Amino acid sequence: MSVTQSLKKRNNKLSETANQLELLSGGIFTNGELPTFRKKLESHGSFPLKPKQLEILQINVGYMCNQVCEHCHVDAGPDRKEIMTRETMEMCLEVIKSTGAHTLDLTGGAPEMNPDFRWFVEQASAIGVKDLIVRSNLTIILANKKYHDLPDFFKEHNIHVVSSLPHWTKDRTDKQRGEGVFDKSIEALKLLNHVGYGDPESGLILDLVYNPSGAFLPSDQKAMEQDFKKILAEKFGVHFNNLFALTNLPISRFLDFLIASENYEDYMYALVDAYNPAATEHVMCTNTLSVGWDGSLYDCDFNQMLDLKVKAPITHIRDYNEAILQNREIIISQHCFGCTAGAGSSCQGSVT
Amino acid sequence: MSNNYYDPSDLRKFSSITEWSEELGNKFFEYYGKVFEEGALTAREKSLIALAVAHVVKCPYCIDAYTKDGMQRGITKEEMMEAVHAGAAIESGATLVHGVQMMNKYNKLSM
Repeated sequence: MSVTQSLKKRNNKLSETANQLELLSGGIFTNGELPTFRKKLESHGSFPLKPKQLEILQINVGYMCNQVCEHCHVDAGPDRKEIMTRETMEMCLEVIKSTGAHTLDLTGGAPEMNPDFRWFVEQASAIGVKDLIVRSNLTIILANKKYHDLPDFFKEHNIHVVSSLPHWTKDRTDKQRGEGVFDKSIEALKLLNHVGYGDPESGLILDLVYNPSGAFLPSDQKAMEQDFKKILAEKFGVHFNNLFALTNLPISRFLDFLIASENYEDYMYALVDAYNPAATEHVMCTNTLSVGWDGSLYDCDFNQMLDLKVKAPITHIRDYNEAILQNREIIISQHCFGCTAGAGSSCQGSVT
Repeated sequence: MSNNYYDPSDLRKFSSITEWSEELGNKFFEYYGKVFEEGALTAREKSLIALAVAHVVKCPYCIDAYTKDGMQRGITKEEMMEAVHAGAAIESGATLVHGVQMMNKYNKLSM
Protein backbone atom coordinates (compact mmCIF):
# COMPACT_ATOMS: atom_id res chain seq x y z
CA MET A 1 0.00 0.00 0.00
CA SER A 2 1.31 3.45 -0.76
CA VAL A 3 -0.41 6.67 0.22
CA THR A 4 -0.52 9.84 -1.85
CA GLN A 5 -2.76 12.04 0.27
CA SER A 6 -2.93 12.99 3.95
CA LEU A 7 -5.54 11.39 6.23
CA LYS A 8 -7.08 14.86 6.45
CA LYS A 9 -7.51 15.14 2.69
CA ARG A 10 -8.95 11.63 2.56
CA ASN A 11 -11.42 12.50 5.35
CA ASN A 12 -10.13 9.45 7.19
CA LYS A 13 -11.75 8.93 10.59
CA LEU A 14 -8.31 9.08 12.23
CA SER A 15 -7.68 12.60 10.92
CA GLU A 16 -9.85 13.61 13.89
CA THR A 17 -7.50 13.47 16.87
CA ALA A 18 -10.39 12.75 19.26
CA ASN A 19 -10.92 9.46 17.43
CA GLN A 20 -7.25 8.54 17.83
CA LEU A 21 -7.31 9.32 21.54
CA GLU A 22 -10.51 7.34 22.01
CA LEU A 23 -8.98 4.35 20.30
CA LEU A 24 -5.80 4.59 22.38
CA SER A 25 -7.82 4.73 25.58
CA GLY A 26 -10.22 1.90 24.84
CA GLY A 27 -10.09 -1.80 23.91
CA ILE A 28 -7.13 -3.64 25.40
CA PHE A 29 -6.49 -0.73 27.79
CA THR A 30 -9.93 -0.82 29.38
CA ASN A 31 -10.65 -4.56 29.43
CA GLY A 32 -7.74 -5.26 31.76
CA GLU A 33 -5.46 -6.87 29.16
CA LEU A 34 -2.85 -4.11 29.29
CA PRO A 35 -2.07 -1.42 31.89
CA THR A 36 -2.45 2.23 30.87
CA PHE A 37 0.64 4.43 30.64
CA ARG A 38 -0.50 6.26 33.76
CA LYS A 39 -0.72 2.96 35.70
CA LYS A 40 2.81 2.10 34.58
CA LEU A 41 4.13 5.47 35.77
CA GLU A 42 2.29 5.13 39.06
CA SER A 43 3.76 1.66 39.62
CA HIS A 44 7.19 3.23 40.18
CA GLY A 45 6.20 6.63 41.51
CA SER A 46 6.79 8.59 38.30
CA PHE A 47 3.29 10.01 37.93
CA PRO A 48 2.71 12.82 37.17
CA LEU A 49 5.48 13.46 34.66
CA LYS A 50 6.98 16.92 35.22
CA PRO A 51 9.37 18.93 33.03
CA LYS A 52 13.00 19.39 33.99
CA GLN A 53 15.26 22.18 32.71
CA LEU A 54 14.28 23.24 29.16
CA GLU A 55 17.06 22.19 26.78
CA ILE A 56 15.39 21.90 23.39
CA LEU A 57 12.86 24.11 21.66
CA GLN A 58 11.36 22.17 18.77
CA ILE A 59 9.48 24.27 16.26
CA ASN A 60 7.18 22.90 13.61
CA VAL A 61 7.20 25.49 10.83
CA GLY A 62 4.40 23.85 8.84
CA TYR A 63 2.84 20.59 7.75
CA MET A 64 3.48 21.04 4.02
CA CYS A 65 5.79 18.40 2.59
CA ASN A 66 6.87 17.12 -0.82
CA GLN A 67 6.55 13.54 0.46
CA VAL A 68 3.61 11.53 1.84
CA CYS A 69 5.26 8.94 4.08
CA GLU A 70 3.17 6.01 5.17
CA HIS A 71 4.15 6.27 8.84
CA CYS A 72 4.07 10.09 9.16
CA HIS A 73 2.81 11.17 12.60
CA VAL A 74 2.35 14.71 11.31
CA ASP A 75 0.06 13.57 8.47
CA ALA A 76 2.15 15.91 6.34
CA GLY A 77 1.98 16.21 2.55
CA PRO A 78 1.64 18.55 -0.40
CA ASP A 79 -2.04 19.05 0.44
CA ARG A 80 -1.37 20.45 3.94
CA LYS A 81 -1.49 24.24 4.01
CA GLU A 82 -0.77 24.91 7.71
CA ILE A 83 2.36 27.08 7.74
CA MET A 84 4.12 29.24 10.35
CA THR A 85 4.08 32.99 9.66
CA ARG A 86 7.09 35.30 10.04
CA GLU A 87 5.23 37.01 12.91
CA THR A 88 5.11 33.73 14.87
CA MET A 89 8.75 33.06 13.99
CA GLU A 90 9.62 36.45 15.51
CA MET A 91 7.88 35.40 18.73
CA CYS A 92 9.91 32.17 18.72
CA LEU A 93 13.15 34.14 18.26
CA GLU A 94 12.31 36.31 21.28
CA VAL A 95 11.84 33.17 23.37
CA ILE A 96 15.08 31.63 22.08
CA LYS A 97 16.95 34.74 23.22
CA SER A 98 15.48 34.52 26.72
CA THR A 99 15.71 30.79 27.51
CA GLY A 100 18.72 28.72 28.41
CA ALA A 101 17.76 26.12 25.80
CA HIS A 102 20.87 25.01 23.92
CA THR A 103 19.09 23.41 20.95
CA LEU A 104 16.67 24.77 18.39
CA ASP A 105 15.11 21.96 16.39
CA LEU A 106 13.23 22.93 13.20
CA THR A 107 10.84 20.40 11.80
CA GLY A 108 7.75 20.06 9.58
CA GLY A 109 6.53 18.84 7.03
CA ALA A 110 9.52 19.82 5.00
CA PRO A 111 10.67 22.91 6.92
CA GLU A 112 12.44 24.21 3.82
CA MET A 113 9.06 24.70 2.11
CA ASN A 114 8.09 27.46 4.51
CA PRO A 115 8.70 30.72 2.52
CA ASP A 116 10.36 32.30 5.59
CA PHE A 117 12.52 29.27 6.40
CA ARG A 118 15.81 30.82 5.30
CA TRP A 119 15.06 34.10 7.03
CA PHE A 120 14.28 32.20 10.23
CA VAL A 121 17.48 30.16 10.05
CA GLU A 122 19.56 33.29 9.42
CA GLN A 123 18.02 35.04 12.43
CA ALA A 124 18.41 32.03 14.71
CA SER A 125 21.98 31.55 13.53
CA ALA A 126 22.76 35.22 14.27
CA ILE A 127 21.47 34.80 17.84
CA GLY A 128 24.08 32.09 18.30
CA VAL A 129 22.02 29.00 19.12
CA LYS A 130 24.49 26.29 20.16
CA ASP A 131 22.86 23.48 18.21
CA LEU A 132 20.63 24.51 15.31
CA ILE A 133 18.92 21.45 13.87
CA VAL A 134 17.02 21.23 10.59
CA ARG A 135 15.09 18.01 10.02
CA SER A 136 15.44 17.66 6.28
CA ASN A 137 13.74 14.87 4.37
CA LEU A 138 16.66 14.93 1.83
CA THR A 139 14.51 14.68 -1.31
CA ILE A 140 13.52 18.34 -0.93
CA ILE A 141 17.07 19.25 -2.01
CA LEU A 142 16.33 17.74 -5.43
CA ALA A 143 12.62 18.60 -5.60
CA ASN A 144 13.03 22.00 -7.25
CA LYS A 145 15.84 24.19 -8.56
CA LYS A 146 15.24 26.70 -5.76
CA TYR A 147 16.28 24.07 -3.20
CA HIS A 148 19.44 22.84 -4.95
CA ASP A 149 21.70 25.18 -2.95
CA LEU A 150 20.39 23.96 0.43
CA PRO A 151 23.61 22.02 1.24
CA ASP A 152 25.60 25.27 0.88
CA PHE A 153 23.01 27.20 2.87
CA PHE A 154 23.14 24.61 5.64
CA LYS A 155 26.93 24.75 5.64
CA GLU A 156 26.98 28.55 5.75
CA HIS A 157 24.94 28.53 8.95
CA ASN A 158 26.56 25.44 10.47
CA ILE A 159 23.20 23.68 10.51
CA HIS A 160 23.01 20.29 12.16
CA VAL A 161 21.19 18.26 9.51
CA VAL A 162 19.03 15.36 10.68
CA SER A 163 17.46 13.20 7.99
CA SER A 164 15.34 10.09 7.81
CA LEU A 165 16.50 6.92 6.12
CA PRO A 166 14.51 3.90 7.29
CA HIS A 167 16.76 1.34 5.61
CA TRP A 168 19.75 0.93 3.32
CA THR A 169 17.64 -1.09 0.90
CA LYS A 170 15.52 0.61 -1.73
CA ASP A 171 12.42 -1.51 -1.23
CA ARG A 172 12.07 -0.91 2.50
CA THR A 173 12.74 2.80 2.23
CA ASP A 174 10.45 3.36 -0.76
CA LYS A 175 7.66 1.34 0.83
CA GLN A 176 7.59 3.72 3.75
CA ARG A 177 8.56 7.03 2.17
CA GLY A 178 7.32 6.73 -1.41
CA GLU A 179 8.47 5.45 -4.79
CA GLY A 180 11.90 6.74 -5.80
CA VAL A 181 12.68 8.28 -2.39
CA PHE A 182 15.63 5.97 -1.69
CA ASP A 183 17.57 6.89 -4.85
CA LYS A 184 16.91 10.60 -4.35
CA SER A 185 17.89 10.37 -0.68
CA ILE A 186 21.23 8.77 -1.61
CA GLU A 187 21.81 11.48 -4.20
CA ALA A 188 21.00 14.20 -1.64
CA LEU A 189 23.28 12.57 0.94
CA LYS A 190 26.11 12.65 -1.61
CA LEU A 191 25.48 16.38 -2.18
CA LEU A 192 25.63 16.97 1.58
CA ASN A 193 28.82 14.88 1.82
CA HIS A 194 30.26 16.93 -1.06
CA VAL A 195 30.13 20.17 0.96
CA GLY A 196 31.63 18.43 4.01
CA TYR A 197 28.66 17.01 5.89
CA GLY A 198 29.37 13.68 7.57
CA ASP A 199 33.14 14.22 7.48
CA PRO A 200 34.37 14.07 11.10
CA GLU A 201 37.04 16.68 10.28
CA SER A 202 34.57 19.29 8.96
CA GLY A 203 32.52 19.83 12.09
CA LEU A 204 29.39 19.71 9.91
CA ILE A 205 27.04 17.18 11.45
CA LEU A 206 24.80 14.94 9.38
CA ASP A 207 22.77 12.50 11.46
CA LEU A 208 20.39 9.90 10.12
CA VAL A 209 17.13 8.78 11.65
CA TYR A 210 16.21 5.13 11.44
CA ASN A 211 12.64 4.18 12.18
CA PRO A 212 11.25 0.73 11.48
CA SER A 213 9.45 0.33 8.18
CA GLY A 214 6.65 -1.71 9.67
CA ALA A 215 4.95 -2.97 12.83
CA PHE A 216 8.08 -3.77 14.83
CA LEU A 217 10.37 -1.99 17.26
CA PRO A 218 13.87 -0.71 16.50
CA SER A 219 16.85 -2.81 17.45
CA ASP A 220 19.97 -1.64 19.27
CA GLN A 221 20.92 1.85 18.04
CA LYS A 222 24.69 1.27 18.06
CA ALA A 223 24.43 -2.02 16.15
CA MET A 224 22.14 -0.41 13.57
CA GLU A 225 24.53 2.52 13.21
CA GLN A 226 27.43 0.16 12.48
CA ASP A 227 25.40 -1.66 9.81
CA PHE A 228 24.22 1.60 8.21
CA LYS A 229 27.73 3.10 8.19
CA LYS A 230 29.32 0.01 6.69
CA ILE A 231 26.73 -0.57 3.98
CA LEU A 232 26.14 3.08 2.99
CA ALA A 233 29.90 3.59 2.68
CA GLU A 234 30.55 0.36 0.76
CA LYS A 235 27.58 0.49 -1.58
CA PHE A 236 27.10 4.21 -2.12
CA GLY A 237 30.17 6.00 -0.74
CA VAL A 238 27.90 7.90 1.66
CA HIS A 239 29.04 9.01 5.13
CA PHE A 240 27.19 10.34 8.14
CA ASN A 241 27.85 10.99 11.83
CA ASN A 242 25.27 9.33 14.08
CA LEU A 243 22.22 7.17 13.65
CA PHE A 244 19.17 7.85 15.82
CA ALA A 245 16.90 4.81 16.19
CA LEU A 246 13.32 5.93 16.72
CA THR A 247 10.24 3.96 17.63
CA ASN A 248 7.13 4.64 15.57
CA LEU A 249 4.43 6.00 17.87
CA PRO A 250 0.93 4.63 17.37
CA ILE A 251 -0.71 7.83 16.18
CA SER A 252 -1.88 9.33 12.90
CA ARG A 253 -0.86 7.47 9.72
CA PHE A 254 1.13 4.81 11.55
CA LEU A 255 -1.91 4.09 13.74
CA ASP A 256 -4.01 3.87 10.58
CA PHE A 257 -1.49 1.36 9.15
CA LEU A 258 -1.48 -0.71 12.38
CA ILE A 259 -5.25 -1.00 12.33
CA ALA A 260 -5.59 -1.66 8.59
CA SER A 261 -2.90 -4.37 8.72
CA GLU A 262 -4.36 -5.91 11.92
CA ASN A 263 -1.11 -5.30 13.80
CA TYR A 264 -2.45 -2.83 16.37
CA GLU A 265 -2.86 -5.19 19.34
CA ASP A 266 0.44 -7.00 18.81
CA TYR A 267 2.24 -3.67 18.47
CA MET A 268 0.74 -2.28 21.66
CA TYR A 269 1.65 -5.50 23.49
CA ALA A 270 5.21 -5.18 22.20
CA LEU A 271 5.43 -1.56 23.39
CA VAL A 272 4.03 -2.35 26.84
CA ASP A 273 6.20 -5.48 27.22
CA ALA A 274 9.27 -3.42 26.36
CA TYR A 275 8.40 -0.69 28.90
CA ASN A 276 11.60 0.53 30.50
CA PRO A 277 11.25 2.65 33.68
CA ALA A 278 14.80 3.99 33.15
CA ALA A 279 13.73 5.46 29.81
CA THR A 280 10.90 7.28 31.59
CA GLU A 281 13.50 9.36 33.43
CA HIS A 282 14.78 10.78 30.14
CA VAL A 283 11.75 11.05 27.85
CA MET A 284 12.03 14.09 25.61
CA CYS A 285 8.91 15.82 26.95
CA THR A 286 10.89 16.46 30.15
CA ASN A 287 13.52 18.63 28.43
CA THR A 288 11.77 19.75 25.22
CA LEU A 289 8.97 22.11 24.37
CA SER A 290 7.17 21.76 21.06
CA VAL A 291 5.82 24.80 19.20
CA GLY A 292 3.13 24.31 16.56
CA TRP A 293 2.89 26.18 13.24
CA ASP A 294 0.38 28.60 14.81
CA GLY A 295 2.51 29.24 17.92
CA SER A 296 0.63 26.86 20.23
CA LEU A 297 2.71 25.03 22.83
CA TYR A 298 2.83 21.27 23.37
CA ASP A 299 4.75 18.79 25.54
CA CYS A 300 6.11 17.08 22.44
CA ASP A 301 5.64 16.81 18.69
CA PHE A 302 3.33 13.81 19.17
CA ASN A 303 1.03 15.64 21.58
CA GLN A 304 1.02 18.45 19.02
CA MET A 305 -0.33 16.05 16.40
CA LEU A 306 -2.97 14.88 18.88
CA ASP A 307 -4.03 18.50 19.55
CA LEU A 308 -3.05 18.17 23.21
CA LYS A 309 -1.85 21.66 24.15
CA VAL A 310 0.24 22.06 27.33
CA LYS A 311 -1.73 21.83 30.55
CA ALA A 312 -0.81 25.31 31.77
CA PRO A 313 -2.33 28.82 31.95
CA ILE A 314 -0.06 29.66 28.99
CA THR A 315 -0.59 27.79 25.74
CA HIS A 316 0.92 30.17 23.14
CA ILE A 317 4.49 31.22 22.39
CA ARG A 318 3.50 34.93 22.55
CA ASP A 319 2.77 34.56 26.29
CA TYR A 320 5.84 32.40 27.02
CA ASN A 321 6.79 32.25 30.69
CA GLU A 322 9.32 29.62 31.63
CA ALA A 323 8.47 29.51 35.36
CA ILE A 324 4.78 28.88 34.69
CA LEU A 325 5.46 26.28 32.01
CA GLN A 326 8.02 24.45 34.14
CA ASN A 327 5.33 23.94 36.73
CA ARG A 328 2.96 22.04 34.45
CA GLU A 329 2.05 18.36 34.34
CA ILE A 330 2.90 16.62 31.08
CA ILE A 331 -0.13 15.19 29.29
CA ILE A 332 0.11 11.45 28.69
CA SER A 333 -1.81 8.71 26.92
CA GLN A 334 -1.01 5.22 25.63
CA HIS A 335 1.01 6.56 22.66
CA CYS A 336 3.65 7.48 25.26
CA PHE A 337 4.61 3.79 25.51
CA GLY A 338 6.43 4.45 22.21
CA CYS A 339 8.96 6.68 23.98
CA THR A 340 9.63 4.28 26.87
CA ALA A 341 10.06 0.98 25.01
CA GLY A 342 13.45 -0.70 25.18
CA ALA A 343 16.25 1.84 25.12
CA GLY A 344 13.64 4.60 24.88
CA SER A 345 12.98 6.84 21.93
CA SER A 346 13.17 10.57 21.31
CA CYS A 347 13.85 12.90 18.39
CA GLN A 348 17.51 12.48 19.42
CA GLY A 349 17.28 8.68 19.34
CA SER A 350 17.64 6.29 22.29
CA VAL A 351 17.50 7.87 25.73
CA THR A 352 19.25 5.24 27.86
CA MET B 1 -10.45 -21.20 24.27
CA SER B 2 -9.65 -20.99 20.60
CA ASN B 3 -11.08 -23.51 18.12
CA ASN B 4 -7.67 -23.71 16.43
CA TYR B 5 -4.62 -25.59 17.60
CA TYR B 6 -2.51 -22.51 16.88
CA ASP B 7 -3.57 -19.02 17.96
CA PRO B 8 -1.17 -16.16 17.06
CA SER B 9 -1.96 -14.35 20.30
CA ASP B 10 -0.63 -17.35 22.28
CA LEU B 11 2.90 -16.27 21.36
CA ARG B 12 2.71 -13.20 23.58
CA LYS B 13 1.54 -15.47 26.44
CA PHE B 14 4.66 -17.65 26.16
CA SER B 15 6.10 -16.35 29.43
CA SER B 16 3.01 -17.62 31.28
CA ILE B 17 4.40 -21.20 31.16
CA THR B 18 6.30 -20.23 34.33
CA GLU B 19 2.96 -20.09 36.18
CA TRP B 20 2.68 -23.90 36.28
CA SER B 21 6.34 -24.61 36.80
CA GLU B 22 8.19 -21.54 37.94
CA GLU B 23 11.64 -23.03 38.45
CA LEU B 24 11.85 -24.89 35.15
CA GLY B 25 10.19 -22.07 33.23
CA ASN B 26 12.58 -19.47 34.62
CA LYS B 27 15.58 -21.70 33.96
CA PHE B 28 14.44 -22.13 30.37
CA PHE B 29 14.00 -18.40 29.75
CA GLU B 30 17.33 -17.64 31.41
CA TYR B 31 19.02 -20.19 29.15
CA TYR B 32 17.13 -18.94 26.10
CA GLY B 33 18.11 -15.34 26.75
CA LYS B 34 21.75 -16.29 27.24
CA VAL B 35 21.86 -18.32 24.03
CA PHE B 36 20.82 -15.34 21.92
CA GLU B 37 23.30 -12.87 23.42
CA GLU B 38 26.33 -11.78 21.39
CA GLY B 39 29.02 -14.42 21.65
CA ALA B 40 31.34 -16.14 19.22
CA LEU B 41 28.39 -15.64 16.86
CA THR B 42 26.67 -12.27 16.56
CA ALA B 43 23.07 -11.88 17.70
CA ARG B 44 22.27 -11.18 14.05
CA GLU B 45 23.75 -14.52 12.91
CA LYS B 46 21.89 -16.36 15.65
CA SER B 47 18.64 -14.72 14.59
CA LEU B 48 19.08 -16.13 11.07
CA ILE B 49 19.92 -19.60 12.43
CA ALA B 50 16.79 -19.42 14.61
CA LEU B 51 14.71 -18.45 11.58
CA ALA B 52 16.01 -21.42 9.58
CA VAL B 53 15.40 -23.83 12.45
CA ALA B 54 11.93 -22.34 13.01
CA HIS B 55 11.03 -23.43 9.48
CA VAL B 56 12.58 -26.87 9.81
CA VAL B 57 10.68 -27.61 13.03
CA LYS B 58 7.64 -25.91 11.43
CA CYS B 59 6.86 -23.78 14.46
CA PRO B 60 4.49 -20.96 13.41
CA TYR B 61 5.16 -19.02 16.62
CA CYS B 62 8.92 -19.17 16.03
CA ILE B 63 8.50 -18.13 12.38
CA ASP B 64 6.48 -15.06 13.44
CA ALA B 65 8.94 -14.24 16.20
CA TYR B 66 12.13 -14.56 14.15
CA THR B 67 10.76 -12.84 11.06
CA LYS B 68 9.99 -9.86 13.27
CA ASP B 69 13.33 -10.20 15.09
CA GLY B 70 15.15 -10.19 11.75
CA MET B 71 13.30 -7.09 10.55
CA GLN B 72 14.14 -5.35 13.82
CA ARG B 73 17.80 -6.12 13.26
CA GLY B 74 17.68 -4.77 9.71
CA ILE B 75 18.13 -8.22 8.17
CA THR B 76 16.98 -8.12 4.57
CA LYS B 77 14.32 -10.37 3.06
CA GLU B 78 16.96 -11.88 0.75
CA GLU B 79 19.06 -12.91 3.77
CA MET B 80 15.98 -14.35 5.47
CA MET B 81 14.99 -16.40 2.44
CA GLU B 82 18.52 -17.75 2.03
CA ALA B 83 18.44 -18.87 5.66
CA VAL B 84 15.12 -20.65 5.04
CA HIS B 85 16.64 -22.37 2.01
CA ALA B 86 19.63 -23.46 4.10
CA GLY B 87 17.20 -25.09 6.53
CA ALA B 88 15.14 -26.57 3.72
CA ALA B 89 18.26 -27.96 2.01
CA ILE B 90 19.37 -29.74 5.17
CA GLU B 91 15.87 -31.07 5.71
CA SER B 92 15.50 -32.36 2.15
CA GLY B 93 19.08 -33.64 2.25
CA ALA B 94 18.23 -35.53 5.41
CA THR B 95 15.38 -37.20 3.54
CA LEU B 96 17.39 -37.93 0.42
CA VAL B 97 20.43 -39.34 2.22
CA HIS B 98 18.08 -42.08 3.43
CA GLY B 99 17.83 -42.97 -0.25
CA VAL B 100 21.22 -44.63 0.22
CA GLN B 101 19.66 -46.87 2.86
CA MET B 102 16.89 -47.69 0.43
CA MET B 103 19.46 -48.50 -2.27
CA ASN B 104 21.47 -50.65 0.15
CA LYS B 105 18.41 -52.58 1.17
CA TYR B 106 17.28 -52.94 -2.43
CA ASN B 107 20.68 -54.29 -3.45
CA LYS B 108 20.85 -56.63 -0.48
CA LEU B 109 17.45 -58.10 -1.23
CA SER B 110 18.18 -58.44 -4.94
CA MET B 111 19.66 -61.58 -6.47
